[in-house]
Amino acid sequence: MENTGLNKVDLIFEKIDPKELLNKAFKMSSAEIIQNMLDSGLKGRGGAGFPTGLKWKYAAAEKSSEKYIVCNADEGEPGTFKDREILDRVSNKVHGGMAIAGKAIGAKNGIVYLRGEYRYLLPKLMIELGLFHKMIKEIGYDFNIEYFMGSGAYICGEESALFESIEGKRGEPRNKPPYPTVSGVFNKPTSINNVETLVTAMMIIHHGAKDFIQYGTKDSRGSKVFSVSGDTPTPGIFELELGMTVQQFVNEFGDGDTKAVQVGGASGFCVPRKKFAETIIGFEGVPTGGSMMLFNSSRSMYNVLHNYLDFFTEESCGQCTPCRVGCQQLLKGIEKVKKGEAKSTYLTELMKLADSMRIAAKCGLGQSVGNAFKSIVGNFREEIIY
Amino acid sequence: MYQVGNLVKELSGKYGRARGSLMPILQEIVQKHNYLTDEAMVEVARELDISAADVYGTASFYTFLDTQVKGKYVIRVCKTITCSMKGKSDIIQTLEDMLKIKVGETTANKQFSLIETNCIGWCHKAPAILINEIPYTELTSEKVSEIIKDYMQK
Repeated sequence: MENTGLNKVDLIFEKIDPKELLNKAFKMSSAEIIQNMLDSGLKGRGGAGFPTGLKWKYAAAEKSSEKYIVCNADEGEPGTFKDREILDRVSNKVHGGMAIAGKAIGAKNGIVYLRGEYRYLLPKLMIELGLFHKMIKEIGYDFNIEYFMGSGAYICGEESALFESIEGKRGEPRNKPPYPTVSGVFNKPTSINNVETLVTAMMIIHHGAKDFIQYGTKDSRGSKVFSVSGDTPTPGIFELELGMTVQQFVNEFGDGDTKAVQVGGASGFCVPRKKFAETIIGFEGVPTGGSMMLFNSSRSMYNVLHNYLDFFTEESCGQCTPCRVGCQQLLKGIEKVKKGEAKSTYLTELMKLADSMRIAAKCGLGQSVGNAFKSIVGNFREEIIY
Repeated sequence: MYQVGNLVKELSGKYGRARGSLMPILQEIVQKHNYLTDEAMVEVARELDISAADVYGTASFYTFLDTQVKGKYVIRVCKTITCSMKGKSDIIQTLEDMLKIKVGETTANKQFSLIETNCIGWCHKAPAILINEIPYTELTSEKVSEIIKDYMQK
């Protein structure tokens, strides 16, 4: 595999003895655990890529008798399904990762926010959770986890919208600051981490930070789980070392006719064939929460973009004008250009609108609509017009 | 229309009457009755001592907390890109023909509702649908009609 630069890794689903590992973790001090995370260079696996060690450090520094660990399992990004697989196969490591995070920041309570679309997993997860609580008790440690179900809202994957939802309100993002580590769910200091981040953190404690940084690159340490879909003979879940180029990825997963890869879902970037070789998948190139969608030459990039914009128009919470109106106008705009009701130069105006949304929208949803819009229109302009 | 009866009282007892219990209470009503009536929402507001507008405001934000009449089996067909590329339209066509309704409608006997939904996390096994909470994946017209036939017998 070395010659392709694409290395398969087995960390997330690796078999471990959770009891032994948690025993080891609970003997460590909060500072030791956090130092391990800082040394590992682990960045959040949900997509935004905030350094996990820093998040835990900030939350640990807050003085409060009540803190929370929230596991973000509101996996809604189009093309992402790895958190479902992780919860299905190794939920004991998710629960274990939450307990370790709890030890690091001084929290006794954890909440898993599971998207409504995954409710079918709940009976199995409840059994696993029962076993986990029993194990934690045997170790003599105090940490309690609850599950909270979402009800079908993409925006609730945004951390502060997720807190609002847990509090029984509309999932509308809050103003920041204050950040969650200062005032999160129920206005208490909160570390909110993605499902995969928590499992990776647990495995860093298992193998040590030194082992982890052997994988990946300076900006993107370690490995991560990719969700591969679209025009590929081998769709599914793959854990790969970070730092490969899109070309290397396409060599492994393409169908021989790949014209574009959407990296990071609808809110991510579209990489056209001519840029496959120079584009690194990671924080130094195009970041991804794991979503990798391949398109071959039979696909219309207009239809792809239309589908994404339709998605954002429906999923925008409607709270701020740049996002609510911006998504609608981008969608209407490409329809007009396609029908010939607007000149092709109108696309330039729409590109400016996408830029304005990046600056003016309140949260990550509205700010990132421009990623897909600009990279698709920029690289496939003629497909949008004709 | 259903009578909400003692359900809201029971659920408020089970989950508590804090605002944070609102979502679980509404979710369980929907699990039992498929959608929320005005009466049910007013009752929840009374139990939790918040305004009915707050309850409606929260419920109407979430696509799974329906405030319109829905059938016993709610079929949600994923329309996001991969499912759309891999034959979503055929699945919709088959369902519309079998159930004699269009997307967005509910059958006259209130057994089935057909709606489109955004990404449900099964892109590698597209096209996919949810019937209530159960996912069905890698569908073809044949497969989906077998599945619906089974539900019709239930």
